[in-house]
This record gives sequence, C-alpha cells and structure tokens, in this order.
Amino acid sequence: MDLANFSIQLLNSVQYGLLLFLLAAGLTLIFGIMGVVNLAHGSFYMLGAYLAYALTGAWGNLALAVVVGTALSIALGWLLEKLLFRHFYHRSHLDQVLLTFGLIYIFEEVRSMLWGDDVHSVGIPEVLDWSIKLTDTLSYPAYRLFMLAICSALALGLWLLISKTKLGMKIRAGAFNSDMAQAMGVNIVRLHALVFAMGVALAALAGMLIAPLSSVYPYMGSQVLIMCFVVVVIGGIGSVRGALTAALLVGLVDTFGKVLLPQFASMLVYVLMALVLLYKPEGLFKQ
Amino acid sequence: MSAPQAHLETLPRSVQLLLALGLLALLAFPFAGQDFYTQMVTRMMILAIFAMSLDLLQGITGLVSLGHAAYFGLAGYVLAFMSPADAGANILTTLPLAVLASALVALVIGFFVVRTQGIYFIMVTMAFAQMLYYLFFDNKGLGGSDGIYINVRPAGLGMDLENKLVLYYFTLACMLLVYWFLRRLLWSPFGRTLNGIRLNEHRTQALGYASFSYKLTAFTVAGGLAGLAGYLWGAQTGYVNPELMGFHMSAHAIMMVILGGMGNVAGALIGAFGFELFMHVFKDLPKLGSFDLGKHWQLWMGSLIVLVVLIAPQGLMGLLRSRKQDD
Repeated sequence: MDLANFSIQLLNSVQYGLLLFLLAAGLTLIFGIMGVVNLAHGSFYMLGAYLAYALTGAWGNLALAVVVGTALSIALGWLLEKLLFRHFYHRSHLDQVLLTFGLIYIFEEVRSMLWGDDVHSVGIPEVLDWSIKLTDTLSYPAYRLFMLAICSALALGLWLLISKTKLGMKIRAGAFNSDMAQAMGVNIVRLHALVFAMGVALAALAGMLIAPLSSVYPYMGSQVLIMCFVVVVIGGIGSVRGALTAALLVGLVDTFGKVLLPQFASMLVYVLMALVLLYKPEGLFKQ
Repeated sequence: MSAPQAHLETLPRSVQLLLALGLLALLAFPFAGQDFYTQMVTRMMILAIFAMSLDLLQGITGLVSLGHAAYFGLAGYVLAFMSPADAGANILTTLPLAVLASALVALVIGFFVVRTQGIYFIMVTMAFAQMLYYLFFDNKGLGGSDGIYINVRPAGLGMDLENKLVLYYFTLACMLLVYWFLRRLLWSPFGRTLNGIRLNEHRTQALGYASFSYKLTAFTVAGGLAGLAGYLWGAQTGYVNPELMGFHMSAHAIMMVILGGMGNVAGALIGAFGFELFMHVFKDLPKLGSFDLGKHWQLWMGSLIVLVVLIAPQGLMGLLRSRKQDD
C-alpha cells in the first residue's frame, strides 16, 4: 500500500469512525443515563437519511434540508421520550428490547408508507461536487472531506458541551449516578428529555450527512445499529470519550481490514469487541 | 440485570388444557388444512423448538443470548454440506452430527461468553454470532452470501422428509420431545440450580454450586437444541444462507420468548406460534377501500408488540395469569 492509498484509507476510516461516533454518542448517553437499550436508534439514522432525501427533493438544497431535518428529529425525539420512553426507564432491559423492536417495525412501515420501498439517492451539493487529485489515478471527493470536517466539528462541540459546560456537568452527573444527581437538584426529567432528543438528532444528522455518499434504502438502520452497539460496548456504557475512542478504533479496523483481509474483514470488528470484553469486561472507559 | 420475573413454572390447569387442545389441533391439522398451511405450521413448530431452546438460557438461566441463531444456522449448514447433490442425506447420521456440531460450537463459544454478565453477555453472544455470520457470508467456500441449496431432503429410519406429511409429523415429534425434555429439565436438580443462578448467582455459588459449569452446560444444550431446529429448517426449506445465523433471526427468537412469557418453556412455545400466527394474520388483512391493510403488516405487528409490553409485561402467558388472579 503506497502513501496516497494509505492516506485515502486513513481518511475514510476516520470519517467512518466519526460517523459511528455521532450515532454511538446518543446511544451510549441514553443507555448510561436512562438505562434504556434502544434498538430503534438505527431507525433514527434511517429516518434522517430519508428526511434528507425528501427535503432535498422538495427544496433542492441539502443544507436547508439538514437544518429543517435536524429540527424535526429533535421534535420527534422529544415527543417519543415524553410519550413512550419515559415510562420504560425503570423497566427491565428485556421489556425495552421488546418495545424498541416493535418501534423498528413501526418506523419501517411509516417509512414505507411515506417514501416507498425503493432505493433512492441524494445528490451531492454542487459546491462540493468536485475532488482533489492525489496522484494520476487517485483522487479524493471534496464532500467526504467536508463531512470529515463537519463530523469533527460536531464531535468537538459535543466534547466541549459535555466537559466544559454546566449542562455537560449535569449530563455527566446523570450518567454517573442518576438518583444522586436528582437529589443534588438537577431537573432529571428535563435532562432525560434533552439527552434523548439530542441522541435522536445526532443519529438523524448522521443519516442526513451520509445520504449523499451511500444510497438511501430500507432497513439501512439495522446494520449500523449493530456497529453502534459494538462501539458503545467497547467504549464502556455511558462514556462519550469511550465512544469516540471505540468509534475511531472500529473505523480503523473495519476500513483497513477490508483492504488487507477482505475475506475476514467483517469479522474483525467483532473479534476486536470480543477481545476487549474478555480483557476489560466493562469496556475501555467505564467510569 | 433485570428483576426476576414471575414464572409459571407449574402450569395452571387452563394452560395445560390449552396445550392439550393445541396438540390435538396439531395432530389433526394436516387432514383439514391445505398443503400451504401444513408447511406454514411446520415452520411454526420449527421456530417453536428454536424458541424453547433459547428459553433454557433466557428464561430459566437468565442469560439473554442475542446470538442464538448462530447455532440454529450452523446445523442447517452441516446438513447442507453433508447432503449429496443428487440424493437425500441419511437422517440417522446427519441429524446427530448437526446437533453435535452446534452443541460443540456452543461449548467453545460458551466457554468465553458465560463469564460475562447482563448487557455484556447480550453483546458478546451477538459478537460471536456476527463473526460466524460473516465467516459464512464472506467465504465462497462456505456458500458465501448466496447460501447453499439442499437438493434432496434427508431420509432414513423408514422416513422420507421429501414427503411434506412425514416432515410435518417428524417435526411435531421433535417439538414434543424437546418440550418434554425441557420441562423435565426445568424440574430436575440441574434445572433448579439454573433457576437459582438466575435468581441470585452469588447465593447459588455460596451453596456450593459451580455456576460456571452449570451455565456452560445450559449454553451447550441450548445450542444443540437450536441446532435441531436449524436442521429441520434446512430440511424444510431446502436452502440455507447466512441470514439464518443473522442478528434478525436471534432477535426474532428473543421476541418469541418474551411475547409468550419466559422461564416455563410453554410460554416460548405459545410465543412462537403466537408471533408467527399474528404475522400471517396481519399479512393477510384485506383491503379497506384503497388502503391495503395487509401490505402494512409491519405497522400492526409493531403496534401489537408495543401494546404487549405496555399492558402485558409478563407476556401472553402472564396475561392469562393476571386474569386468573382477578377471578
């Protein structure tokens, strides 16, 4: 593998890792703070991608679609938390699994009713539809670089929010010990709604950003959901820092595995997860 | 991880009656139903075996495996590999071998996974199942993503599974055998210990039981029984592919067990039939004006599942019991 090729793969793996992080950050917080196993998290990713498809189709502007789509998904998350998830924080994990599995069916059907079962594509915005020439034969698309930048900015923003702000302190307190945080005067009910809505929005945002790169298709959430759980578990449940590390690790292993060991590439991530759990049963960054 | 759920270990009369009636219906069914429905019920019975095998882990031992389909699919593959291209495989050799292969792989994987607890157990079992899934998915030598056809169904012991009726009654016999075996196991000293592990593993250990060996044995037996179901699945459909080991198949099994009610084997049985039955009913719903109800079966199925969690946290069997308590 020469240097140009290597850099391309490295960029791809970081980009994939950051995308996974956007999804896993919400999942790990929802898991860590509310104790909810949310199998429907992948559906929010799918809904995001379909929102990007529908809104871009209507207005012809991806940026506008992303802004409106994010607002819509925040509203959806807030509503779902209030109507449904709120009542499941103290139920057993199995009940949550059953509930969110049922929700996957519902979301998929709603998707099918609204947008059909076909595979769609979303065009790359014109300003970003060019590529950087690396060698005579290799080039790198600008949209991927743009996505890399956006994801990095979001990851950085999330890190600042969680580690530097008062709200972030409350979130960390909630993840560490929910009851104690409440006793200290944190409005835990509002915090839960906020974290849930944020998680949904991040997942949907990941879907919207990936839409121009991959196609938009039914059940696109389920594969990514499994990967997210892998990331959450490797990183340690409830740890955003862990999720970031694990997401980048998974991105590296998966991308380079596909290049170097194509026959066993898809297995490698799970081998990594099994090894981490056997060595550190609670993940890398369990508080 | 979760609070111990109430179990109907001793089945109330109403459930016993229901099961007996169900058995009579199953025995008589092929004479009344069309060929299509006979095959559908065969499929339900196979899934019931699969669900019961998972209940041994999930409901009785308290180990929620999200990778149980791996052992299900593996046995199907063993059958596919051992089937000659132009003749049926011998049941007498392939069935035990397939079940043993699944049990053996479960033993090896179990050796690693039963050390973990709660949500981590769920995730590691999933990870190992995904490894097997991708091993078969990415390697052409193992059939690849297309899977393998089983041209002629297995035969032996004076039976030819190519005959739909023979397959039906053979599957029914297997299902009854597995049910009987697991109910006996549930009330054996071994089953009592597994129950103890679910309720409080530390206490069970303090009483002198080596919980690791018990859990590993349960994991292995459950894997073998899932293999039996997978073998029958391969024999029925004449086709195996990696999806049989996939995440959705594992999740499907968990759903069936929770839907019926965990920890008493009968619940898993009822859950499997209930799940499949509801799915078929929803898919067959008529058109209402221009609105095709059947086409949107996922919406009804999803709503039903959400409804069950909201109003019947102990599954369908729990619903039966709470009504009994009201009386």
